[in-house]
Formats: sequence, C-alpha cells, structure tokens
Amino acid sequence: MQDFLEFFSFTDANIRYVALGSVLLAASSAVVGCFTLLRKRALVGDAVAHAVLPGVCLAFILSGTKNPFILLIGAFVTGWLSLVVIDFITSRSRIKEDTAIGLVLSVFFGIGILLLTAIQQTGNAAQSGLDKFLFGSAASLIGEDLIAFGVVAVLLLVAVVLFYKELTLLCFDQAYARTIGFPVRGLELLLTTLTVFAVVVGIQAVGVVLMAAMLITPAAAARFWTENLKVMLILAALIGAFSGIAGAFVSYTAPSMPTGPWIVLIVSMIAILSFALAPGRGWIARILRQRRNKTRILEENLLKLLYQLGELRQDYDSARSLEELLERRNIPRKEAISGLQKLKRQGYLQQENKRWLLTPEGEKRGRRVVRLHRLWELYLTQYLNLASDHVHEDAETIEHIITPELEQRLIEELNYPDLDPHSARIP
Amino acid sequence: MILQVKNPVVEVHDLTVSYDRKPVLWGIDLTLPAGALVGVIGPNGAGKSTLIKAMMNLLPVSSGYVRIFDQPLKQVYSRISYVPQRESVDWDFPASVFDVVLMGRYGQLGLFKRPRKADKDAAMEALEKVGMQGFANRQISQLSGGQQQRVFLARALAQNADIYFMDEPFAGVDIATETAIIQLLRQMRDQGKTVIVVHHDLQSASEYFDWVVLLNMRLVASGPTEQVLNQELLEQTYGGKLTLLSKVGDLLRKQEFPAREKS
Repeated sequence: MQDFLEFFSFTDANIRYVALGSVLLAASSAVVGCFTLLRKRALVGDAVAHAVLPGVCLAFILSGTKNPFILLIGAFVTGWLSLVVIDFITSRSRIKEDTAIGLVLSVFFGIGILLLTAIQQTGNAAQSGLDKFLFGSAASLIGEDLIAFGVVAVLLLVAVVLFYKELTLLCFDQAYARTIGFPVRGLELLLTTLTVFAVVVGIQAVGVVLMAAMLITPAAAARFWTENLKVMLILAALIGAFSGIAGAFVSYTAPSMPTGPWIVLIVSMIAILSFALAPGRGWIARILRQRRNKTRILEENLLKLLYQLGELRQDYDSARSLEELLERRNIPRKEAISGLQKLKRQGYLQQENKRWLLTPEGEKRGRRVVRLHRLWELYLTQYLNLASDHVHEDAETIEHIITPELEQRLIEELNYPDLDPHSARIP
Repeated sequence: MILQVKNPVVEVHDLTVSYDRKPVLWGIDLTLPAGALVGVIGPNGAGKSTLIKAMMNLLPVSSGYVRIFDQPLKQVYSRISYVPQRESVDWDFPASVFDVVLMGRYGQLGLFKRPRKADKDAAMEALEKVGMQGFANRQISQLSGGQQQRVFLARALAQNADIYFMDEPFAGVDIATETAIIQLLRQMRDQGKTVIVVHHDLQSASEYFDWVVLLNMRLVASGPTEQVLNQELLEQTYGGKLTLLSKVGDLLRKQEFPAREKS
C-alpha cells in the first residue's frame, strides 16, 4: 500500500519519468496497432517484435555500448529486414503469408537468442541488462533511454494524426485508394515503418517476446466498445496507457520482476472484460439479447394460444385454465406459468381464480401474432410455391420478428387476403 | 463484330492479363465511345472484373496498355472513378456511411489535407442522389447489400468524375436498388459521362446498356447493343469454353513461361 501511494503520488522524479515513459510507449504502440489490426496484419507485428532482438544484439556487438539510439537503429534495421523477407518469400515463392511469417519469426528470434547468449558469455561487464529486452523492464526507462524512446513515441502519434485520412482509406479499401491516385505503396511503407517503430519503442517496456500483445490487444479491446475509428484510437491509447503505467508500477515495486508479462496480463484482462461486457458486440449483451428474444417468443406464443382458443370457441370473453393452454401446445409448465405471470404484470392478461383472460391490449397483440403467422404462410405458398403443409414451422418463427412496416408490405403484396392456405380466416 | 470508335474515351490495346502466368485475358483490343452506358458481359470466369481492374491499373499486365482520354491513367486520376465489388472490403470496419462517402473527396483533397466543409456538402449531396441521406450516421456494418452498393455509388458520385468503372454494381441487390441505380446511371450518361458496368445478367443487358462488350477470356464483340446482342455472338460468348485456350494457359503457368517474349 505504501508502495502504491509512493508510486502514484509521483513525487519522485524518477517515478515520474518511468510512468510518463510507459504511458507514451504503450499508447503510441496501441494507436499504431489499431491500423495494423484493421489491415488484418496482426501477425506481422509479432514477427517484427521477435526480429528486433538480433538487431539489438548486433548493434551492441558492433558498438560495444548500450547507447539507446544505437540499439534503436539496430532494432529498426532487423525489424524492417524481417518484413522485407516476408514480402519477398510471399511474392517469389508459393509459400503463403502465414507460413512465411512463422518462418521469419523463428529464424530471426533464433539468431537473436544465439547472439544474446554469445554476448553474455564474453563476460563483458557492459552487457548486463541487455537481456531486459527479452521481457522488458519499465523501471529502467530513465535518462537517455526515456528521451530516445519518448521522442519516437511522440513522432508515431504525430504521424498517425497527420496521415489519419490516408491510413484509414488504406485499411478500408486499398484498391480504391489506388484508383484515386494515392501512393498506396508509399502508404504501405509508412504503415510498415510505423509498425516497426512502435515495436522498437515498446520493447524497452514489454520486451520482444510479448510486444505483439501490446500492439494488437488494446486495439482489439477498443474495437468492442465503439464503431467510430477516432474513438477506437483514443480508447486503445487509454487502455495501452493504463496497462503501461500498471506495468511500470509492478516494475518499480519488484525490480527483478520482468515488466512485459505483467503489462500483457493486465491488457489481456481488459480485453477479456471488453469481450464479455461491451454493449452490442460483447458476449453478455449477446446472451441477454438471445434471452430477450426467447421470452418474447414465449409471451407471444401464450397470447396467441389464448387468442386461438377464443377463436376456436367463438368466445373471447371467458377465462381459460393453464391445462387448456398446455393441451394445445407443448410448453414446459414452469415456463408457461412464469410467462403468464409476467404478461399479467404487463397488463396483457387478467387472472380470474387460476384462469386466464386476455385484456383488450392482450387480445390485440395475440391477434397480431396470429395474423402474421397466417400472412407468412400465405406468402410462402404463393411466392415460394411451398406446399401448404410445409409452411407452418417457418411461420412459427417469422411471426415474432416481422415489423409493422413489413407487415404492411406483406398485406399489400398479398392483396389484402382473407384466408390463409389452410382456409383459416386472417384476423 | 468488334467496332472501334474514333476519339475514344477508353482505349485498350493488345491487353493480356495473367494470374500466376496463366493468361485470363488474351490480347484485348477495345475502344469505347464517350457518353455511353457500356455493359461488360460474359459468363463466370470470363475475365470481366479482371478487365476493369487492369484498366484501373490494379493488376499487372503481361502485355498491352490502357489509355483514358488519350492519356495514361496516371494523368487522369481526377477524371475517373472506380466502384469496386461490394465484397471486396470488410464492412465490419469502424466507419459511418458518411465517412465512406467522404472518401470520394480524398483524391481531390490530396495528402495531408482534412476534408473541408465543401467536401462534406458534396458527400451529402451524393448520398441524397442515391437516396441514402437518412443513413449518413449509420454504421456501415448495419447496412444491407443494396445499401452497401448505394454507399459505394455515392462515394464514386462524390468524386465528380467524367468516366465511371463499376464492378458488378447489380450483384446481390434488391430490385428497388437496381432500379434506382440504373436510373442514376442513365442520368449520368445524359449529362455526358461515360459509365462502364460489369454486368452478369443477360436478360436486363439489352434494356440497360447502349453499348455492349462481350467477353470470354478474349474479346468476342464490342458495339452498339442492338448489333451485338444477337444469337450468334451470344453463342460464341457463352457456348462452350475454348478448352484449347485454357490448356495453353495452364501450360504457360506450369512451365513458368512469360506471356510475351519480351516485356
């Protein structure tokens, strides 16, 4: 708790820098990740992230220092090279893109690990800390590192704002972009470069192994909450920033703990929650929608039954018992009772000593369902030439979803019919 | 029956297009007159969409060239407009109808610049022309097939081009949309624009188009509708595939041969 207060009061200058750095890195890679995701090239980010490692190691071997600018350049070169190789393999051989990505990812990462091990065995004192690039260490984001990575992160955000219109069109409709004279190759190059940079700046905080998650997960989570690209970009940035700062906190309280896994766990939790809870697209919203549909079907079926009984007996004004209803239609007893109770609460039914009676509103709704059922049966026999004994099942479902506008059109197209295919009157 | 016109708006010269070295269009020589409503017609796999895409420089060509207004495509981007197939994009993209139509103005705006108020007016006007003004703020993921097609059409209209290339605008749309679209296309033609439409339905072709291009891996016919849509030419287009032609094409692919000795 004390750590928590100490960290989030931001009194320590170091903490301020670490927090600011993590937020910048995570937010900028999340924003670029949105376009990578929408372009359906999520895996490419993973390949780049792994391919960055040999670059970092080579830069260290060649320069002998851990100067962040030099390491950044090394990372950028091999990250970029991996994309060129993927493109080359895909266009010049029969190997498909996913295979090419798999190949490139493992080969580059393998070389990276090889180099890293070799460096560690030289006993060079300067090498300590290089392995932080594997799983990230947000707490080491200070001084020169912070400036180098921070500048790139800000540049990324500026580039996205500047090229918002072009990147959007590239992701939505590349062919069209070409026909209006946009330099599509150049824009692709731009997006690729942004992706590589996003990966390169993120590795300090998250590490190469898990960087892809930082690129894609905030975007995927944000997509659940909105249908507006600008909102999606901002949301992804916020989600990224939140997990970045959480990772920095973990790294601060437990310096030996790698930051990457923590950040990824946190951002994944947010993604899972979004997946479950988001309105509209979310999983729970979908379950609720299905349940609402189910209750609606049950209620309308009960109203329909009561109306049909009235029709059968030519008497809409006497109450019917539950048994009478269940005799005509197989509804689980418990469901039927709760449905009837609910309809009573809604004012569609009245109860008279354990028997049920339609109110005028209930009768109207029941009549409408019967009408839609018979109209649809008639439509199927007339327009789809189905036999009259095959149309009932269809109509059982369709009767619940036809809107008043469709009902009107149905009636017009059928020329105001009186009888359904079974010669029952259409009410 | 391949009629070449003087002062064509579109000139296709000796165009061969291959997928993976197998030619799908062989040596197309074609000229189209200005101010016509042109239908490109042929069976499945005839290369109709390929022809349009090659004209739009979206595919690499094995031989030949395309000139529009007697200039290479690169010089006339601002005068042409392309309506891709509806299925060619992912409609689950986070954008509204208005956002997509506004893309029609991007070409004139150029890079970096943000849409101005005038561009928004133009986009709204285009939406009105296709009868979708009430849908401006609707998410594109919620549109029906016919509505998607209208949105694409509105995007093309917002470009204010002189020549329109449309890939299957009538595929999978309801009859109301089809009627609305063809009326719009006729209006555009009457304003002197040239409209080139890939179309799959032979029945409506004679009614819709003034000029018809019959295609089946090679150019069968090109000319005024009443001269082209006859029994003999239709049989040549639809009757029996040219099996020898596709066999040779397969051979080119297998042996990794170039379609032209020098390219």
